[in-house]
Amino acid sequence: MRAGTALPAGTAAPDFTLPTTPDQKVTLSELRGRPVILAFYPADWSPVCGDQMALYNEVRGEFARFGAQLLGLSVDGVWCHAAFALDRKLHFPLLADFEPKGEVARRYGVYRAADGICERALFVLDADGMIRWSYVSPVGVNPGADGILDALEKLSAPKEKR
Amino acid sequence: MSHLTPRVSESDHRAGPDDARVTLVEYGDYECPHCGRAYPIVHEVQRRMDRRLLFVFRNFPLSEMHPHAERAAQAAEAAAAQGKFWEMHDWLYEHQATLEDSDLFRAAKQLGLDADRVEQELAAGTHLNRVRQDVRSGLRSGVNGTPTFFISGVRYDGPWDPDTLHQALETAGERAVPPGTRERPR
Repeated sequence: MRAGTALPAGTAAPDFTLPTTPDQKVTLSELRGRPVILAFYPADWSPVCGDQMALYNEVRGEFARFGAQLLGLSVDGVWCHAAFALDRKLHFPLLADFEPKGEVARRYGVYRAADGICERALFVLDADGMIRWSYVSPVGVNPGADGILDALEKLSAPKEKR
Repeated sequence: MSHLTPRVSESDHRAGPDDARVTLVEYGDYECPHCGRAYPIVHEVQRRMDRRLLFVFRNFPLSEMHPHAERAAQAAEAAAAQGKFWEMHDWLYEHQATLEDSDLFRAAKQLGLDADRVEQELAAGTHLNRVRQDVRSGLRSGVNGTPTFFISGVRYDGPWDPDTLHQALETAGERAVPPGTRERPR
């Protein structure tokens, strides 16, 4: 664990524009108005049933209940993402933090320079682009979805309860 | 993070004594090959621990990846409605390659169930809500793939070969307060 390196809750999420397919880009700030989940993961093509992106794909209905947009990010290129998404039938964007390599992961404090991949890191942003929860999982451990769901639930809780 | 929510209750499929010192909960998918591999291992630790273990199974079909998994889970729930959950559960894990609807109805007949009722309930989606509730509870509990195990309420991330899993269960059992003194101190 490298606690403390990832941008913590209360930080404004650095804006970025990254390709998601060979001819499409996603800009974070254009998603304002709804919660955004950023799921950084080390690489496409990790083992099947325990795969984190496959799990999120299954549960995107739960994320949608909170109106949240899920984005997966890794240093893999767009063609690699396209093949991976097709094979795993993923229905959410995978962003290619490919050139300059890992630049967005670096700005979020979740790049493993020695390995050339990003951490398995989660960020939940509120509708104004503020980081409200972040978590770095040991690279070999799939963090599941409970932390994300808890964070989304807190975002949508009535303000007077705080 | 990663505590079983909700706790084991009467609505769960349970094998073993309710007051056993150790509870093993599996979130599983009937079409998942890893769960298929875990199936005889769970049987083995149940055999070794006998009355000291309560085993609970909750559904976690990964429907995008395994097109038959959610139907199979509903078939197990339909069997449960006729008092034969574990019989169907075992059949499904022993026939993972044949999980088409026709196979499920054949299984129902083989197991002495009212197969027409199973067919009707599958068609009507009678048990779909239950299956999806299990999935939701798994997500809240930190299920991160299948199978995911919880030992006495805490997610178990270790290896699940028979010896390691057995040892982890025994260790949890040694730490546990006898259940009788836990809820109602005398």
